[in-house]
Amino acid sequence: MRQPLAQSLGAAVQLSGRETRSLAIAALIFVAVALVPLISSGYLLSIATSILFYTALATSWTLFSGPTNYISLATAAFFGIGMYVVAWGIELMPYPLLILLAALAGAALAVVVGLATLRVSGVYFVIFSLGLAELVRQIMTWLQHVLGTLSGLYVLIDRTEEEYYWQLLALTAVIFLIGWWIGRSRLGFALRIIGNDEVVAVHSGINTARAKVILFVISSTFAAVTGALAAPRWSYVEPTVAFSPFLSFQVVIMALLGGVHRLWGPLLGVIPFTLLWELISANFPAQTTLLLGATFLLIVYLIPNGVVGLLEDALRQRRRLLQSAGGLLARGGGASGPVKSLLARWRSRNA
Amino acid sequence: MPSADKTALQVGDVTKRFGGLIAVQNLSFALAENEVLGLIGPNGSGKTTMMNLISGALRPTSGEIRLYGDDIAGVGASRIANKGIARTFQLVRMLPGLTVLENVSAGGVFGHTRRWGKELDDYAQALLQRVGLPNAGDVAVTALTYIDQKRVELARALASDPKVLLLDEWLAGLNPTELKTGIALIEQLRVEGRTIVIVEHVMHAIRSLCDRCIVMSSGVKIAEGTPREVLADAEVIRAYLGDADA
Repeated sequence: MRQPLAQSLGAAVQLSGRETRSLAIAALIFVAVALVPLISSGYLLSIATSILFYTALATSWTLFSGPTNYISLATAAFFGIGMYVVAWGIELMPYPLLILLAALAGAALAVVVGLATLRVSGVYFVIFSLGLAELVRQIMTWLQHVLGTLSGLYVLIDRTEEEYYWQLLALTAVIFLIGWWIGRSRLGFALRIIGNDEVVAVHSGINTARAKVILFVISSTFAAVTGALAAPRWSYVEPTVAFSPFLSFQVVIMALLGGVHRLWGPLLGVIPFTLLWELISANFPAQTTLLLGATFLLIVYLIPNGVVGLLEDALRQRRRLLQSAGGLLARGGGASGPVKSLLARWRSRNA
Repeated sequence: MPSADKTALQVGDVTKRFGGLIAVQNLSFALAENEVLGLIGPNGSGKTTMMNLISGALRPTSGEIRLYGDDIAGVGASRIANKGIARTFQLVRMLPGLTVLENVSAGGVFGHTRRWGKELDDYAQALLQRVGLPNAGDVAVTALTYIDQKRVELARALASDPKVLLLDEWLAGLNPTELKTGIALIEQLRVEGRTIVIVEHVMHAIRSLCDRCIVMSSGVKIAEGTPREVLADAEVIRAYLGDADA
């Protein structure tokens, strides 16, 4: 007997009621977001496109860096590789094939880099990842020089803004699905253990190097695909733009602003950040970097745990207040509960 | 070599050097299945180093370590865990971002025996019950007392159903009441027939728990036998207390 597909899929992944609900909500949001180009074009579409672009990058960054606490500044290296695969191949091959090649190139680079560097941790990894992006950029510049091309390459294909938007949306959806799947898999659990205490992870039987490399490859591949999708939009690709360290920093800041311990955390950082960036660059075009820097400082001081942290604190606070109120009624006295939670609130605000 | 008991762990002529320092020198011993072996000796005698060699945290400079005949000397720690050796740590190690239940589950997913999903949850919950924390599953580990953290760590080590369990000063730092509880817990494991190596300073625990003892001093074995025998040994007393005329 053959089971209906949905049923056998459901059995394979064993969804709980809550998960089915969240998936349904996610699907609805996806459809709503997909309709944006139909109701608006121009300015709103371009902002929505930016948001999707950074969501794809920040979420895929978080897949690896969130659970492991390895801060990677190499996003630009993989993004740029993806862009360059498209730029070099656009005259020779169809665009969809190039996207696939970009993914493979990003994955290959990530395997090499991962095997070489994931044994170093902490600040050494951060510095290495930053250096990597710079190294790849220099190699590209040199290659272009040797090959005798111009300082940049043109990527001219026939693609509308709407199509770009939908491509980014599809990519983002895939990233979320993969992230969700990892989160409930053994691999995701292994990564969380590694992020908490690598010694315990090793002695619990986890091949930590392999787990980290797999996640790093997944995360980097998505950055490369994002680069491949973005190449035609930028139409002129040169090393300083494709491998801009600024992009790597932006991605990290957005992810941290949102929160890296939830899959949807980075999204909550990307949206305000993109809007803020629009506001700043529209009104103070000459002072963007300055204002951006000031904003970063404020973010770090005021919401160190990201928007997700703020939300969860608020929820916890509310629950505690409700609980202690309930306890107060039940016990018929004792002001310690609410006072304590107020104190805790005051403390956490000043922490 | 025919013998009545199966040998679980065979340590043969193991030496570990750190540069010029010899932490463990030509140490040999065997651990039979279902046996509880005590590894004792003064501070700095190489006990924890030996535990680290068995669990793969360190690689021996020379010698062999066999787990049911399989040479594991120099094999990586995660592979050794896969093969069936689990351990606790001298200073308790928790996974602070995970709940108590997840801390226990962490030991049962990638180790010697692997579980996942509901089976894992049930198993971890049963282990929590076993170590005396039946209702703590959803609690944050940072909220636990020291002895309770030790319980969680023990449950995590048991979660992979290890062939050999290494307890590195698991009783250290407990107050007298907690100590009683702790000893009772390990006694239970002993009754169950677990194969265990214990490094411990608490002598009455050694007396009541261990079938046999190895006494180390300055990296070498100075005595071996039942706890009663070794603790009466003149050389052992000298290693702990110094010379009689000192």
